[in-house]
Amino acid sequence: MSVQTKAFLDRTIAPPIKDAIEFDLSLPPYRLQTLSNGVEVYAIDLGNVDAMMVSWIFNAGNSWETKKGVAAAVNHLLKNGTSNRSAFAINEHFEYYGAWLNRGSHHETADVTLHCLNKHVGELLPVVAELITDSIFPQEELDIYKKNAQQRLQVSLKKSDFVAGRLIDAYLYGPSHPYGVYMEQEDYQQLQRDDLVAFYKQQYLGGACRILIAGKLPADIIDRLEASFGRLAIHAPEKSVALPAPAIIPAAQKKYNIVNDPNGVQGSIRIARNFPNRHHPDFQKVQVLNNVFGGFFGSRLMANIREEKGYTYGIYSYLVNNIQQSALVISTEAGKEVCAPAIAEVYKEMDLLREELIDEEELQMARNFAIGTILGDLDGPFHVASRWKNILLNGLDGRYFDEGVRIIKTIGPEELRELARKYLKPEDFFELVVI
Amino acid sequence: MIKYDRFELPNGLRVLVHEDASTPMVVVNVLYDVGARDEDPKKTGFAHLFEHLMFGGSVNIEDFETPLQLAGGENNAYTTNDFTNYYIQLPAENIETAFWLESDRMLSLAFSEKSLEVQRKVVMEEFKEHYINKPYGDVWFKMRELAYKQHPYRWMTIGSKLSHIEEAQLKDVKDFFFKYYRPANAILVVAGKVTTEQVRALAEKWFGDIPAGVKYERRLPQEPPQHEARKLVVKAAVPLDALYKCYPMSARTEPGYYIADLLTEVLGGGGSSRLHQRLIKEKKLFSQIECYHTGSNDPGLVVIEGKLIKGVSMEEADKAVEEELEKLKAEAISEKELAKVKNKTESAIVFEDMSVMNRANSLAIYELLGDVNMMNTELEKYRAVTAEEMLTESRRLFDPLNSNTLYYYSEK
Repeated sequence: MSVQTKAFLDRTIAPPIKDAIEFDLSLPPYRLQTLSNGVEVYAIDLGNVDAMMVSWIFNAGNSWETKKGVAAAVNHLLKNGTSNRSAFAINEHFEYYGAWLNRGSHHETADVTLHCLNKHVGELLPVVAELITDSIFPQEELDIYKKNAQQRLQVSLKKSDFVAGRLIDAYLYGPSHPYGVYMEQEDYQQLQRDDLVAFYKQQYLGGACRILIAGKLPADIIDRLEASFGRLAIHAPEKSVALPAPAIIPAAQKKYNIVNDPNGVQGSIRIARNFPNRHHPDFQKVQVLNNVFGGFFGSRLMANIREEKGYTYGIYSYLVNNIQQSALVISTEAGKEVCAPAIAEVYKEMDLLREELIDEEELQMARNFAIGTILGDLDGPFHVASRWKNILLNGLDGRYFDEGVRIIKTIGPEELRELARKYLKPEDFFELVVI
Repeated sequence: MIKYDRFELPNGLRVLVHEDASTPMVVVNVLYDVGARDEDPKKTGFAHLFEHLMFGGSVNIEDFETPLQLAGGENNAYTTNDFTNYYIQLPAENIETAFWLESDRMLSLAFSEKSLEVQRKVVMEEFKEHYINKPYGDVWFKMRELAYKQHPYRWMTIGSKLSHIEEAQLKDVKDFFFKYYRPANAILVVAGKVTTEQVRALAEKWFGDIPAGVKYERRLPQEPPQHEARKLVVKAAVPLDALYKCYPMSARTEPGYYIADLLTEVLGGGGSSRLHQRLIKEKKLFSQIECYHTGSNDPGLVVIEGKLIKGVSMEEADKAVEEELEKLKAEAISEKELAKVKNKTESAIVFEDMSVMNRANSLAIYELLGDVNMMNTELEKYRAVTAEEMLTESRRLFDPLNSNTLYYYSEK
């Protein structure tokens, strides 16, 4: 037996890495099929587990409502009764098959999303079709919804982060804009069954719909969708009908201090500015700038305000995922006594990005982190589907993804400084502290 | 069926490998067998504070985050009452970066005074954000103290009070590290686009020469059977009255655990569950009600919590909950209801196991529980539960002498 000599392991030297620029990233494509009524089905067939997701996306967000709260109420109550089934029977049906039927109401769109094991999908699709053709919105269910939503709101209004989130949106877009509007207790009282039924008929029953499916898809899935949805009155979004884009009227005043709870021990800080949407050529470039600024754990805001000063448990900045217009938001909860210095540090970090070039190592880190995140995010059919959903709903196509990757790999320090000079000017930002 | 390979290094580090070539990523998960239950009652919150310090630099590597991000990696960690878990996800090509980082912080931390000072503040802000500055934020401090008299589950992972975090010293940090953060108390799981051979070579290279340490033998005071109905009344500046009830349940590996898990589904899992249907929809006593369990390794708690509709009295709401429990104890659930909660459990397991990160995490936890293969036998255990067993267990579990009730009143 020979004596093995073990090479000395120098732990101070990092192992070699493969750089982000060398990774080839592509978004797995969807397959597009059209049902008899023209409704388009976007299918992401990936994965090795017999489970799937089906999402029905309607033009039924709050941009389409004429009375506050109707879009959200209709979306929520879709599951609460048809001519043939009570709310209990509907819930029991989906739960019996171990399925989740979630609803979500957003600004432009509202959706119904089914997650289930492939073996049960045949029992579930016809019932979803029943919900989108024959929901009856029983008065009693609406009354329960109104009461419970009001109670939930009462609790939420005691939370500074909730209050801050509502107010900053109202400053950015105006309190009448669908992005800025928020519910007050009285608004729930105003909700009438007739409003719900009318909205439902317009936006769901005969509304514009897209279907997104993902998973290890069964061979007969399109036939099943055709059988349940192909002859319904839903239709593809009409190219000639534009999404609502009401006027955005930002608030005139820039700085706000709100005392929501006199005994509060922390302030919810939001610093935000309006920002163009995803069609603007700067959007994906500013995402790289934002990564350096406050986009992830290794960002400057986090390094300075959490890891250096300990003012907060976390601080992030991000571009809001809105279709008509985005916003650049910095968000944190900080001890009441350190809110002022925390805000001062946010502006200092903006100054640095406007004045100094980002050094190569930091930029490489932000690049590699972004590429690693996309790579990790392309793991599995549901992640891929959510990337596509975002692209399609924003009226973009696959080139947007490729362009984003190209920008991450190639954008340089000078261009990032130019972008900081354009978009990170303190005077353009709203500043809000809610205690 | 989740396939894995298992081996141990001579220093006692347990290694599990789960190969999945369908992803371009790998997950490197390191679990340490120490949680809030292992803390000194006078120094609570320490396991969690310590988790923060694991990111403050190690003996040979000043900065943990930068090299990981350069390698395209993401990471995080969490602490529970039972264990502390760290995970990294990064492109498979850069796997060695994760071994380098994780092994160096297992070898030794930098023990920086500055890092301790900053993370004390960060954790105190975390404490305020989640437990002070939120309505009902203090409920679990009170509830745990009511339900546990002996077992260290009587305090929260975040710690029982801010002052314990404020007082943490560097000496405590060092002692804690060398007692618990040794290969003998750790489990390494590597999952994704990787082979067992590759992991074996990397594990030997990077973790092989770390001193084994002394295996920690856990001797915690066990909670005696309850035998008394406990009750606590609290008043606070919250908008709505809330009712909380807790019932001590079986430990994670006991048969009663699976039965209790299914019982919480019957009572509170989704819109067709009993509490939701009867108490929100039919009787209109609650605006919100849930039933779940804490799922801990040592005996945990089944929890029922709800917010009352304005004008409903606490006694009336409590009585209505008790009536539902009595019904559960009086008559076996139907085959249909049993099939429903089992189908839901099957789906939940399938969906959870879709992500490589979850699979890596679960393998580590099952290894900690004593048998990693449990991951593949869980579903059978749920399937084997009968309506009769649920009836028997519900009578034991929901015995009024096993109850802890908290009336949380709105102070107005």
